[in-house]
Amino acid sequence: MNLTNRSVVVVKKEMTFLEKLYLPAILGGMWITIRHLFKKKATVNYPEEKRPMSKTFRGHHVLKLDEQGRERCTACGLCAVACPAEAITMVSAERKPGEEHLYREEKYASVYEINMLRCIFCGDCEEACPKEAIFLTDRLVDADYKRGTFVYGKDKLTEKPDKPIDVSPRQTKEVLEFKKNKKFAHNN
Amino acid sequence: MEWILYKTILVVCVFGLSLFVAMYSTYAERKVAAFLQDRLGPNRAGPFGILQPLADGVKMFMKEEIIPQNANRWLFVLGPGIAMFTACMTGAVIPWGKDFVNAEGVHFPLQVTDVNIGLLYLFGVVSIGVYGIMIGGWASNNKYSLLGALRASSQMISYELAMGLSIIALVMLSGTLSVGEIVEQQQGWRWNVLYQPLGFLIFLICAFAETNRAPFDLPECETELVGGYHTEYSSMKLGFFLFAEYINMFISAAVISTLYFGGYNFPFVYKYITDPLWVSVVSFVVTMMKVSFFIFVFMWVRWTLPRFRYDQLMHLGWKVLIPLSIINILITGVVLLVRNL
Amino acid sequence: MNPITEYTFYALSFLSILSGLMVIFSRNPVHSVLYLVLTFFTIAGHFLLMSAHFLAAVHVIVYSGAIMVLFLYVIMMLNLNKQPEGWSNFLQGMFWVFPSGLLLITLVGVLRAGSDMMTGAGKNIGTVENLGRVLFNDFLLPFEISSILFLAGMVGAVMVGKKES
Repeated sequence: MNLTNRSVVVVKKEMTFLEKLYLPAILGGMWITIRHLFKKKATVNYPEEKRPMSKTFRGHHVLKLDEQGRERCTACGLCAVACPAEAITMVSAERKPGEEHLYREEKYASVYEINMLRCIFCGDCEEACPKEAIFLTDRLVDADYKRGTFVYGKDKLTEKPDKPIDVSPRQTKEVLEFKKNKKFAHNN
Repeated sequence: MEWILYKTILVVCVFGLSLFVAMYSTYAERKVAAFLQDRLGPNRAGPFGILQPLADGVKMFMKEEIIPQNANRWLFVLGPGIAMFTACMTGAVIPWGKDFVNAEGVHFPLQVTDVNIGLLYLFGVVSIGVYGIMIGGWASNNKYSLLGALRASSQMISYELAMGLSIIALVMLSGTLSVGEIVEQQQGWRWNVLYQPLGFLIFLICAFAETNRAPFDLPECETELVGGYHTEYSSMKLGFFLFAEYINMFISAAVISTLYFGGYNFPFVYKYITDPLWVSVVSFVVTMMKVSFFIFVFMWVRWTLPRFRYDQLMHLGWKVLIPLSIINILITGVVLLVRNL
Repeated sequence: MNPITEYTFYALSFLSILSGLMVIFSRNPVHSVLYLVLTFFTIAGHFLLMSAHFLAAVHVIVYSGAIMVLFLYVIMMLNLNKQPEGWSNFLQGMFWVFPSGLLLITLVGVLRAGSDMMTGAGKNIGTVENLGRVLFNDFLLPFEISSILFLAGMVGAVMVGKKES
């Protein structure tokens, strides 16, 4: 089957005089390369110029805070169960009196780690979360020199109260509707 | 005394020019490579990346200097030195422009020296150039380096023959070995390439081989020999080898344009320019334009053609180019005889 | 002879004799070859002093540029690092005293015969034009015969190379 009409069957035959000279072939090659000199360049000058990202790009996770600046996560572990790459680990703790302004639920995650080297950015954690606590954002995971630094803890994951991260593109009506239907979930 | 001063200044200028052009050839090479591959090339250091060669040079200086333990220290240092030295020497006999004649009628030539054996001088220096590579490759005490050195030597000797033979036809045509006179003979459109197309082609191919440029870059062939003769080199010694290659390319381009493309001659130009200073300036610019074009051709070919296999290289040199250049000599001789009858 | 030429002559002579001796006394064959190259350069310098430009250039191209590169090539290929030692080698070496003595006598004879030729050398004796004129007018037959000798040598080399197949 031909995928393109450009395939040529290899024939082993005596070369003609012109072919033996190689010069026409060389000049042909040089003609091809010189045309590329004037073609539009494919390079994107990255820091100045950015490729348009999909609205629903799945990058660096965020642990959302609620309207009063409290952590939404209740350490239920559904995200860890849903994760196909087993990238998420957490340790739960009980909220002490006087910490109501920090944690919304009575149980919270004292340690919440995502191994960014394992994570495949599928978004299943986000889908599994019953508390709307974890979202994938359009931020990129930074490069680093050491493996250990890619295990992101709460310090890197939790949203800062003064710098809220907008996740509304990932919370469209359709998504919310979809999340209501338990039977669609991967981990039912 | 003034004469010596002028010559000294000229030598320094030619030396500086060689280094400058070689420096920017590295930049041009990367830019041309990028553009031929639909990329942009270096564009971070300075506007359009024009400070890139400086950055590269600083990097080369800052790198750690390593001399392998079992290397022959003296020769290891001598190798890049010879490569650089011979590369810089060739610029002496190339006329970079028309003589500047001041009001008192004193000639200030833009050629360091117009010896009557200019072409032979060129050949002599080019043939010594291989010692830098050979000594460097051998002294590294590394098999890859040694193989690179051996390849370089056999390749350069093979192609020197064809190169010399192609030049002989040119010498028969012009009747002189002085580069200055050869250029003077090519006024207007009477460029040698029109009389010696085959000789030019052979010379061009040999120039590629002599400068170890792709498609003849077997001495430093990365895919087979790691880095070839400069595998063990680092820091500025490596820089010298790379730099020597670019100077060689510049000089080759200059030789091609002076011998076959009329050097500073360009049709119609000198009819309209009479001021002696401007004549010199324009002739220099014309030369440099031709040289730049040929440097571009060197790069253009490098980023178009794949590397030869070693037996193909030898086959091309000994069984194709040498017979062809002998035929070229024969044809030239016959034509000259017939015209003189 | 002006003093600069004279000093250059002495410097070149000293260098050429020194490097010639180093060719013999170097223990490493590669060093020997490199010293030999240096010797050739100094001899080319002597040619230049005698204003024989053409000879100097050809000397550098042919001897330093081609023949010595081949020498170096072969020595690098063979990787001759072991030193021959022992009494029998000394005897072998002594064997060569006889032919080299003959060569020395011949050279001295030639130099004695040619010493009066050197005085008559003009300034332009060695330029390409004059050399070409002498070679193709006065010495045409010997020149052509020597070229036939070279051809014979080349054919012989090809024959030796082809023998195996």
